[in-house]
Amino acid sequence: MRLRFIFSEVLNGLRRNSTMALSVVLVTFVSLTFVGAAALIQLQVGDLKDDWYGKVEVRIGLCPENARSTQCAAGPVTDNQQEQIRQVLEAGPVSELVKKVYFESKEEAFESYKKLDNQGIADLLTADQMQASFRVKLNDPEQFQVVADAVAGMPGVDYVQDQRDIFRQLFSFLNAATLVAAVLAGVMLLAAGLLITTTIRLSAMSRRRETTIMRMVGSSRTLIQAPFLLEGAVAATLGALLAVGALYGSVRYVVGDWLKSSVSWVAYVNEADVLTVAPYLVAIAVALAAVASVMTLGKYTRA
Amino acid sequence: MIRFDNVTKVYARGAKPALDNVSVEIERGDFVFLVGSSGSGKSTFLKLILREERPTEGDVYVAGRHLNRLSSWRVPQLRREIGAVFQDFRLLPNKTVYQNVAFALQVIGKKRHVINSTVPEMLELVGLAGKEKRLPHELSGGEQQRVAIARAFVNHPPILLCDEPTGNLDPGTSVGIMRLLDRINRTGTTVLMATHDDEIVDQMRKRVIELKNGELVRDQDRGVYGLERV
Repeated sequence: MRLRFIFSEVLNGLRRNSTMALSVVLVTFVSLTFVGAAALIQLQVGDLKDDWYGKVEVRIGLCPENARSTQCAAGPVTDNQQEQIRQVLEAGPVSELVKKVYFESKEEAFESYKKLDNQGIADLLTADQMQASFRVKLNDPEQFQVVADAVAGMPGVDYVQDQRDIFRQLFSFLNAATLVAAVLAGVMLLAAGLLITTTIRLSAMSRRRETTIMRMVGSSRTLIQAPFLLEGAVAATLGALLAVGALYGSVRYVVGDWLKSSVSWVAYVNEADVLTVAPYLVAIAVALAAVASVMTLGKYTRA
Repeated sequence: MIRFDNVTKVYARGAKPALDNVSVEIERGDFVFLVGSSGSGKSTFLKLILREERPTEGDVYVAGRHLNRLSSWRVPQLRREIGAVFQDFRLLPNKTVYQNVAFALQVIGKKRHVINSTVPEMLELVGLAGKEKRLPHELSGGEQQRVAIARAFVNHPPILLCDEPTGNLDPGTSVGIMRLLDRINRTGTTVLMATHDDEIVDQMRKRVIELKNGELVRDQDRGVYGLERV
């Protein structure tokens, strides 16, 4: 009886206040889409870090023939210099940090360049024009600077490159995007909260007659307030579900179909990630409605 | 059933008290008129019984409860023991007579079969059998007030509070309403009725409590409306 009563009151309330309810749905929809987008971007960043930081290496370029840089003014790297560099990496103080050292000779660099080249440039080059390098894998990629300092000034070293730099810019872009999405989400959530408050207030006023009688005949405060609470919660949850749908759609069709076919070497967020985020979005919506309701209801349906 | 011990109610700090040191006791099964001009404290008196307000000083006891100490989540329990009828009926305009009465039971969680058996009985008692499906605006004022009384009494509360129940009704209709209240009183229900209607008070010859400027100025068995007529 009570459940039926609450349910029918909620439906009535939503119908009577349909424009307000719709605006609550839309505002929560937009705000939670931003929240979800921010979350997905962060998941993407996490994925990329896991994926790429495992593969990246420190690359120590050795002086090639005819190098123009000042480090290589003394001419190309000698076998002796090359051996000393290897000693530092494998037996020096930094060797603790080093997982693996791999030497890429000029010939190997040329071979791998040929594989990537599809414009015929490789045909104009010879192996001697390529640069030999050490590829160093670190136990902890964060320790790059220590290793770099150890070899940077050594004769025969042209440059030391942390490959993470390539990604760093991408990550800072993604982090900035997250921040923008989060700020927008915050503002929208505030708007959603205020709208829910107003909606509940209107609903409570339009049902004042009923609630007065309910108080008078001694129905519990829970029963008096539940329809209003649920009204806000239902509208907000609908908004959250729309947001989940929108995120699911964009991950599936924009990221999954379109991005994946144009840039295929990156692991992207997928539908499963959206479903991971979804419960949190719904929870945020419900919590938002609850907070807004509690702030409003006391005043309008006091016992 | 209802007891006020030295009750004072001050709404705003420094203002004149709405009730000033009122002590009165109403026994189970009493029929009591509460009279006094506007602003005499009648509404405050009723609000204190319903615990819509708390006394500033003194103690209020209703249906065996000490209202000063009643926690707010127990207030609904108290109100289930008090039926309330108002001058403006307070019916739900979009619900039928039957639904209006049933509403009072629904919202305190009564089972459907209880509602189905009690509501027709109650409509019979107030003389509205056969008008279950009417909407309030299709009824006369007297009939609307009967619906309101049915709703207030459907849960058989031991106390019935009536705030000017005949205030919007013509004298002939009022007599019918008073007969109904009298009949309810004879079932053992304590009836407390605030009113301006001197004719009714004079006719009924029940106990009269009179308030003036918040003070209790008269408590008389089988009384009449105005002091000057005694």
